[in-house]
Amino acid sequence: MLSKKQARAFFLIGTLVTFLVFIGLTVYSLSEGNDQTNKENLTAEVVRGKEIWESNNCMGCHTILGEGAYYAPELTKVIDRRGEGYIKAILMSPVPWQPNGRKMVAYGMTEAEATDVISFFKWIGEIDLNGFERIVSPLAKDRFNN
Amino acid sequence: MKYKSQKVAYWFFALSLLLLTLQIVYGFVMGFARVGMDGLHEFVPFNTARAVHTNLLVVWLLSGFMGAAYYIIPEEAQRELVSVKLAYVQLITLALVGVVAIIGFHFNIWEGRKFLEIPRPLDYLVVINVLLFLGIILVTLFKGKRRTTTALVLSMGLFFAALLYLPGMITFDSQTMDSFFRWWVVHLWVEGVWELIMGGILSFLLIKLTGVDREVIEKWLYVIVGLTFLSGVLGTGHHYYYIGVNKIWIIVGGIFSALEPLAFLAMALFAVNMYRKGEKKHPNKLALYWTLGAAIVSFVGAGLLGFAHTLPQTNIYTHGTLVTAMHGHLAFWGAYAMIVFAIISYSLPNMTGRKLYESAIGRAAFWLSNIGMVGMTVAFGVAGVVQVYMERKLKMNFMEVQQEIEIHFIVLIICATIFATGITLFIIDFIKHGTPTDEALESNN
Ligand code: HEC
Ligand code: HEM
Ligand code: HEM
Ligand SMILES: [Fe+2]
Repeated sequence: MLSKKQARAFFLIGTLVTFLVFIGLTVYSLSEGNDQTNKENLTAEVVRGKEIWESNNCMGCHTILGEGAYYAPELTKVIDRRGEGYIKAILMSPVPWQPNGRKMVAYGMTEAEATDVISFFKWIGEIDLNGFERIVSPLAKDRFNN
Repeated sequence: MKYKSQKVAYWFFALSLLLLTLQIVYGFVMGFARVGMDGLHEFVPFNTARAVHTNLLVVWLLSGFMGAAYYIIPEEAQRELVSVKLAYVQLITLALVGVVAIIGFHFNIWEGRKFLEIPRPLDYLVVINVLLFLGIILVTLFKGKRRTTTALVLSMGLFFAALLYLPGMITFDSQTMDSFFRWWVVHLWVEGVWELIMGGILSFLLIKLTGVDREVIEKWLYVIVGLTFLSGVLGTGHHYYYIGVNKIWIIVGGIFSALEPLAFLAMALFAVNMYRKGEKKHPNKLALYWTLGAAIVSFVGAGLLGFAHTLPQTNIYTHGTLVTAMHGHLAFWGAYAMIVFAIISYSLPNMTGRKLYESAIGRAAFWLSNIGMVGMTVAFGVAGVVQVYMERKLKMNFMEVQQEIEIHFIVLIICATIFATGITLFIIDFIKHGTPTDEALESNN
């Protein structure tokens, strides 16, 4: 029968080994050669767009890369799906956007801010998501298949 | 042989229940918004309600864990807490940081990263607060007469939970990197170190409630936390399938996260077997309900419902849908909310001297909250599966699908009302016990 000492050894060794492997895999998958995000395209506009995205907590209603809230449309492929003009109109709207009855916050952004957010969406849309990009956005998926 | 300083735990539990009440209020705000009743949109838009809902969840659970530690550590270490005054300072600052953060969420002040919305300056205060807490606990343990495995596992869980808060404070320009390290906090908490906290509390309760020999219980505790880390650390990969990092995680995350339910299965078997084995039956039946309930419901919510969407072939369809919300509710409830309720139910009569074991209110609280929560899980689950099918198989538009599944949120609200009734009864029972007294604590043995 297993003794307490053996049980402790199982815990300590198991933890140590998996932890080391985890760190190793992290380093490996984040190394330059394995980049799937087009890091070189992370321009100042994209970063500003991301800041606007975060400081307004858009993720509290929307998902992006499949993370966030489930209340409003997934936005990973929103550029493909809607085009820039449509998105700009939403972000600059002074009244809550709600064509289907569910309200978005009215941000009334300036044109420059809206352009930054769009750059951010463009960068997001180009990331290689291991196949999820074909599932996540139905309309964008049609374009892939054509 | 009980310790007067244990009574500080009572106030942490009281804070817990207060914040839980608020969490539920914001849950209802979201539930109603989803069926078109969003009259509060101007003041409490959905993203505010959600940030408040999830952050309050984390804060009340932490407050419950801290209360548990302040109760358990003196008994395990066989000495009073080194400073009761500092423990109260820690309680009040914790409450203040929580309240300030939540007020800020109503004024668009946040970081906008799911579960880690608390703005940076407050993050530092959280760190200081937690360091103070750890200081009190670890010094007490260090100066104590004995160092038990239960106390060690519990403290280790709390210590690593604090350490793992830090990766969430690094900022990146890349959304993918942000997400990558956000999971070091969120995943490694709930599927790693928090399980140590849960295991520690569970083992303390089983020792007290069943009378099974400590050596036996603590041996299995090591096995459980061993399984937790063995699967859970590399299991982090199940969040890396589709966020823009290397495919290696699809294999590693797929295999190891599929093993994670084993730790929860072990926990459930462990609790039930110790209960069967136990000779001494403690009269506090309610504490036993919650203890066994936590072990079993966490297996269903985290183990089974986690497994349901953790394989990469499934997750590619369910990633970021209401299926995740279904799992999130039952997992948090079973594993962490119920274990906090268990330690409250066990310690409250000991602290206040009013031994209201087996009250009808207490039993109704247990059953109503659990039935309500299972109903909510089913409502989220049906909505989620329909969403996945319509949106990701039939390629329907997001908002069209939302209109199709609105009906399930009526069901959600009904079940949430049953749940909330259960919680209200639990709180009434809590209040009926009165406040802690030195005499009550001294008369325990
Ligand atoms: C209170 C919740 C909420 C918040 C916060 C929110 N949105 Fe929205 N958003 C919505 C809803 C709901 C819709 C869909 C409206 C409809 O179609 O009826 C939407 C639609 C959109 C769309 C169009 C998507 C499509 O496919 O039609 C974009 C783009 C968008 N939001 C961007 C943002 C950005 C950027 C932010 C942050 C600055 C943000 N949203 C914050 C609720 C929200
Ligand atoms: C008590 C333990 C657990 C809790 C509290 C919990 C809670 C949660 C929460 C809140 C989320 C959403 C996180 C976010 O999007 O930020 C989530 C996601 C997830 N959980 Fe768990 N979980 C637990 C255990 C497990 C286990 C054991 C498994 C696997 C067997 C699992 C599998 C998953 C998966 C695959 C996701 C990602 C869903 C997606 O792609 O959208 N969870 N969990
Ligand atoms: C009255 C009761 C409750 C209601 C009506 C409710 C409702 C909701 C809703 C509508 C969401 C947002 C889902 C979305 O993004 O669309 C949510 C999120 C969440 N709630 Fe609740 N909730 C309640 C109680 C609870 C309790 C008691 C817990 C914990 C034990 C909890 C844990 C969570 C978690 C972890 C999330 C985030 C889920 C995720 O991101 O996947 N909720 N809740
Ligand atoms: Fe996870």
